[in-house]
Amino acid sequence: MTSRWINLLRKPLTAIIISVLTGFIIGAVVLTASGYDALEAYRIMFSGIAGSPKYMAQVVVNAVPIILTGLSVAFAFRTGLFNIGAEGQFVMGALTGTMIGYYLPLPPIIHPIVIFALAFLVGGLYGALAGYLKNKFGIHEVISTIMLNWIAFYFNNYIVNLPGVKVESTLHANPILDSAKINFFSTAWRRSDAGREFIREHEILGEIVKTDLGAGIFVAIIFAFLLWFVLRHTTTGFELRAVGLNRFAAEFSGVPVKKSIFLSMFIAGGVAAVGGAILVLSTTNTVSVLSAQEGYGWDGISVSLIANGNPLAVLFSGLLFAALRYGGMLIQSKTGAPTEIINIMIGSIVLAVAVAPALPRLADYLSQRRAR
Amino acid sequence: MTDSTPRYAVEMNGIFKSFAKVKALEDVDLKVRPGTIHALLGENGAGKSTLMKILYGLYNADKGEILINGKSVQIRNPRAAIDLGIGMVHQHFMLVDNFTIAENIVLGHEVTRGFGVLNQDLANKNIAELGHKYGLDVDPKALIQDVSVATQQRVEILKALYRGIDILILDEPTAVLTPQEITSLIDTMHRLVEDGKTIIIITHKLKEIKAVAEYCTVIRRGKLIDTVLVDEVSQSDLANMMVGREVKLTTDKGERSIGDLVLSVSNLHVRDRRGVLKVHDLSLHLREGEILAIAGVDGNGQTELIDAITGLAQAESGQILMRGTDITNKQPRDVHEAGIRTIHEDRQKRGLVLDFTVAEDLVLETYDQAPYSRRGVLKWPVIHEHAADQIKRFDIRPKESARQKVRDLSGGNQQKVIVAREIHQNPSLLIACQPTRGLDVGAIEFVRKALVEQSTEGKAILLVSLELDEVFDLADRINVIYNGKIVADLNPAETNEQQVGLLMAGGEL
Repeated sequence: MTSRWINLLRKPLTAIIISVLTGFIIGAVVLTASGYDALEAYRIMFSGIAGSPKYMAQVVVNAVPIILTGLSVAFAFRTGLFNIGAEGQFVMGALTGTMIGYYLPLPPIIHPIVIFALAFLVGGLYGALAGYLKNKFGIHEVISTIMLNWIAFYFNNYIVNLPGVKVESTLHANPILDSAKINFFSTAWRRSDAGREFIREHEILGEIVKTDLGAGIFVAIIFAFLLWFVLRHTTTGFELRAVGLNRFAAEFSGVPVKKSIFLSMFIAGGVAAVGGAILVLSTTNTVSVLSAQEGYGWDGISVSLIANGNPLAVLFSGLLFAALRYGGMLIQSKTGAPTEIINIMIGSIVLAVAVAPALPRLADYLSQRRAR
Repeated sequence: MTDSTPRYAVEMNGIFKSFAKVKALEDVDLKVRPGTIHALLGENGAGKSTLMKILYGLYNADKGEILINGKSVQIRNPRAAIDLGIGMVHQHFMLVDNFTIAENIVLGHEVTRGFGVLNQDLANKNIAELGHKYGLDVDPKALIQDVSVATQQRVEILKALYRGIDILILDEPTAVLTPQEITSLIDTMHRLVEDGKTIIIITHKLKEIKAVAEYCTVIRRGKLIDTVLVDEVSQSDLANMMVGREVKLTTDKGERSIGDLVLSVSNLHVRDRRGVLKVHDLSLHLREGEILAIAGVDGNGQTELIDAITGLAQAESGQILMRGTDITNKQPRDVHEAGIRTIHEDRQKRGLVLDFTVAEDLVLETYDQAPYSRRGVLKWPVIHEHAADQIKRFDIRPKESARQKVRDLSGGNQQKVIVAREIHQNPSLLIACQPTRGLDVGAIEFVRKALVEQSTEGKAILLVSLELDEVFDLADRINVIYNGKIVADLNPAETNEQQVGLLMAGGEL
């Protein structure tokens, strides 16, 4: 191997590419071993992702909530906290979105902004509760946030089941007002004459219009840059990182450690909750009685791990994750191979990312051998 | 020595070792005669530990040959080293805390009554006898967690002897010992060589080399400088060989003027985390331009005293006044604002965020002040400019380290980052806790000079040190701490190391 190739191993991007490839290779091995045609399965998957503008738009729509939970986990992770509670914070955000979206009539544009602010506040306080428990009683945030996830779960079901909230003879709450929706194209417009006309005349845009594509992706991008900026360029971020990396040195330098932990969990909780609100405002328009945890928070952990905790990278890992999930659904319907193959791939990618820091050391070893 | 005895117990020829692109050792030779104490001297990172880890099988050399008692050998792992009769006592002990001394020593070589049933009584007896023979008396039944650091070191040495080693490597063995304990260790080393053992001691303390070693091999930046007969060279010769330039072993203090009262601590009581009263009715005072050294054996309340002053621990009673203002039981930030800065004894835990860059760690206390930030937004160009200045002023190496993680710096350079940061705050009182622990001569000289400069500028310096050399080199006044109390307030010119050592151990003059 030439030294140029060896040096390539030290680049962070190489680690990501190798990790993703590892996921695909392991997925292929499992598919082949189970008697399916791996190449055919992947071909179907890719055509399911990139085959039409509608598919790609749908991937973006699906990516937004997990980008937000991914950002939540990544932000906490960068400040030394493991936020397993994105799931519960997400639920609180969705619930807040539904309640404010239905009960508080406001003009369009203003309505979603108010919802996002309140969802951030509610989710933030819910996350900060774990920070408070850590500061006050030394309860590890992993334990408390797992518990808080279930509390949020049953709280959601309690609220949705209240008379006047639930729509009679359904399992969901009253859907939000139109003023709260953030889709670019409303269902009503799509069905109107102008809408039908537009879909007929614009080949590509017409396809995209059929999805729930909305302002959510912009919110996700704004938050990714905001969190990156806070961590990298503000004194608050400096404090939070110092506490995360060595709370003893931070304490001795005069950083208020407890306040930092509280604040970090507040921000993490708020971001996850905005993810929940976006889901409601763009896609579901309501919340339902949950029978099982939906997994947005858990997916956020994988998304954050693949991105190595970097907020900007979360944008991409969230899209990758959503694309695999979306394209993977077709594998089952077209080849009969179970969709769980996607989970195997994602798990392998996460594992490979975790192992990736060994690559620079491998490079050291190789260059040493060459030197001999 | 008969003709059949090989000339050297250990012979390492042309050893090369590199880590990634860094050449740790380049063509180093080491020849150790049997039955001698051979010192291995070098600055931090010079490669002396690497060389010994190769001998002990922890690393494999890239190139080179090793002969033990004249026979060429391959030492692939510590097990092979032990089989060849080589033992090593590491700087950080590797003992099981809740095992007894005897259990630790026999671990892996247990004495049984057959069928795997332990015969602990016989083991205890053997160990007591072995210890007695070399002046390493220990209670075999005591638990490791209950015994002192010095005893733990004895256990490590006994562990090696119990495995029948002939060649003993000691890595910085005196770093953790009191003066009395060092004397006792030196005695043990002499007994061991009288018994035919060979000892290689890694150190950068010149005085000890003069006291124990017959030969000394000096390594600098991975290269062999020379092997000398210790009797034929002076301490300064050794220091110069090690650093590669003229080194001053004592600090020139120059004219000093003592000013107003800065710090006064009266009747302080502090408990540690377990509730044990560690500082007991302690009083001291310190003036401008004065270096006050707190001398004492580790664990006599120094840590709790400093924690109480710096706001990390609560005082139970008593008062701490800084220029007349009460700072008892304040937060670290308030203590900073009162003009106190601290070089903490545990630099990696309290002093530095190791995964921050040098530039970030240099502003760890000032990131939220002008000019490093404005309205909550960091000004990276200013922070990096500041880092470049400090790196130059304090000779932090490597020179391009502003964006490097502090973790990747050597211990001496990590300490320089802290010293640079604290001095830059221009404090009225600078507390320095073991500021030169683990540093090499060059860095020690630098840090001590910086402290003296600060006091000359009128700062009050509170020095906490376990090293009497340092105390006597720097102090204008010595307070001896024993059992949480200041037991003596001495003028260094009117006392000596023996007297202070005695007071530190709880004796009386």
